Amino acid sequence: MINPFEILETINMIDRENLDIRTITMGISLKDCTDPDVDRACDKIYSKITTYAKDLVKVGEDIEKQFGIPIINKRISLTPVATVIDALENPDTTKCLKIAKTLDKAAKAVGVNFIGGYSALVHKGFTKGERVLIESIPTVLSNTDIVCSSVNVGSTRAGINMDAVALMGKIIKEAAEMTKDNGGFACAKLVVFCNAVEDNPFMAGAFHGEGEGDAVINVGVSGPGVVKCALEKVKGAPFDVVAETIKNTAFKITRMGQLVASEASKRLGVPFGIVDLSLAPTPAVGDSVAYILEEMGLEKCGTHGTTAALALLNDAVKKGGVMASSHVGGLSGAFIPVSEDAGMIAAAKEGALSIEKLEAMTCVCSVGLDMIVVPGDTTADTISCIIADEAAIGMVNSKTTAVRIIPAPNTDVGDEVDFGGLLGTGPVMPLRKYSGSEFVARGGRIPAPLQSLKN
Amino acid sequence: MRAVVTVVGKDRPGIIARVSTLLYENEINILDISQTVMTDDIFTMIMLVDMRSSSVGEVGEKLLKLSDEIGMSIHLQNEELFNSMHRI
Repeated sequence: MINPFEILETINMIDRENLDIRTITMGISLKDCTDPDVDRACDKIYSKITTYAKDLVKVGEDIEKQFGIPIINKRISLTPVATVIDALENPDTTKCLKIAKTLDKAAKAVGVNFIGGYSALVHKGFTKGERVLIESIPTVLSNTDIVCSSVNVGSTRAGINMDAVALMGKIIKEAAEMTKDNGGFACAKLVVFCNAVEDNPFMAGAFHGEGEGDAVINVGVSGPGVVKCALEKVKGAPFDVVAETIKNTAFKITRMGQLVASEASKRLGVPFGIVDLSLAPTPAVGDSVAYILEEMGLEKCGTHGTTAALALLNDAVKKGGVMASSHVGGLSGAFIPVSEDAGMIAAAKEGALSIEKLEAMTCVCSVGLDMIVVPGDTTADTISCIIADEAAIGMVNSKTTAVRIIPAPNTDVGDEVDFGGLLGTGPVMPLRKYSGSEFVARGGRIPAPLQSLKN
Repeated sequence: MRAVVTVVGKDRPGIIARVSTLLYENEINILDISQTVMTDDIFTMIMLVDMRSSSVGEVGEKLLKLSDEIGMSIHLQNEELFNSMHRI
């Protein structure tokens, strides 16, 4: 029989330390759902999603019961929908909305809580359909409930498409304006990426990549609370011990993810893709990445030393997790979404955490400026400049970076915007006052960087 | 399928009786038991059981009800979870 202490450790992790499986995400290809006629395309999409994912929620709940592990979200990611839009005859926003509403309806029919993949990959240039899709994003996100959208504007191999960066600034502003009664909620469902990954199970940036098969099961684990509790036991110990402790914990968390992923894959008859090793916080107290950093000895997340602490955390999580799973992928790192993390919210409110520090943190951790609320009068050009900065960090460091920013209409620094549920509450953060309009207006592409002579 | 039942809480008479009766009524065979009372009167029992044809979900719900009744924390989980997390 297994050691009783190990059994109690697992139960303690689940009961008291918020250990959970954050998401089981089914990736579904839409490559065989294209059609010049929008109604026929919608029929094909609806029928494919509702057939493939019909048991997803039930299987998730069954696994939850049998193993006693909470599985918080069941979700679907799709081939970037631009592929479908490109095949349409005379695509326009009305047709895009029709397709997006079909996605919304299909997702609700199978009971998932988000469907991602209303996406376009335009790091080098736009096709006609991609441009139409991007222009339709504000309308789509403000007229659907659970559709998520992402746009990839740069990559290490292609450079940064500054025309797309300029456009995304305007799109984000427009999306915020169209949902101004809800604090610009549409922007919480929109991610702008550099080096987007094809197998990310986490929303809002999940899509089913070009290189993926017909369908796949990806699993995102979580457990900031477990890591924090483990670190409480090694107070004052040197970083070697800290790193070892995080690795041990990450290993156990990931094993659970691997078990759930292979079980879900077997029961659904869909191949297992990857386990994403990210530490994903929630607004619940005790489920915060910021508190892990503070446990390492920082008075407040965002103070000097935060980047180093995060670098160690992120690396140790990966090292511990890699051996625990047969396939690791997705974003795999620590997430730092400000509004979704109790410790980040507190640090931002007290002025300990600034956008500049968050930007520095994104150099060493997964993703980027995530769920950041900025004043309502922030211009589209300023948002584009923020996207360009973040994309540059991703491009040069060969990593994924992203921007999910909410210029909440009619708010200013000091206000707070409540998005509800897992998306949490965001304090409005101050930005620099100087303009980058002429910089954005140049357009064109920032060339791909050298991969040698690194300094 | 084998599963692990864990019972943790303040010690009191009849805990083993109540839990094992429920398992017996659901035709679940107990393969192994480890039980201890730790300091501060905290009772801890771990059972390895053979579920046979019983459904984990159904029995789990009954155990949950019992846990409310006797004020203990009771879990029923597939054994595979612990093997995965703690064994390579």
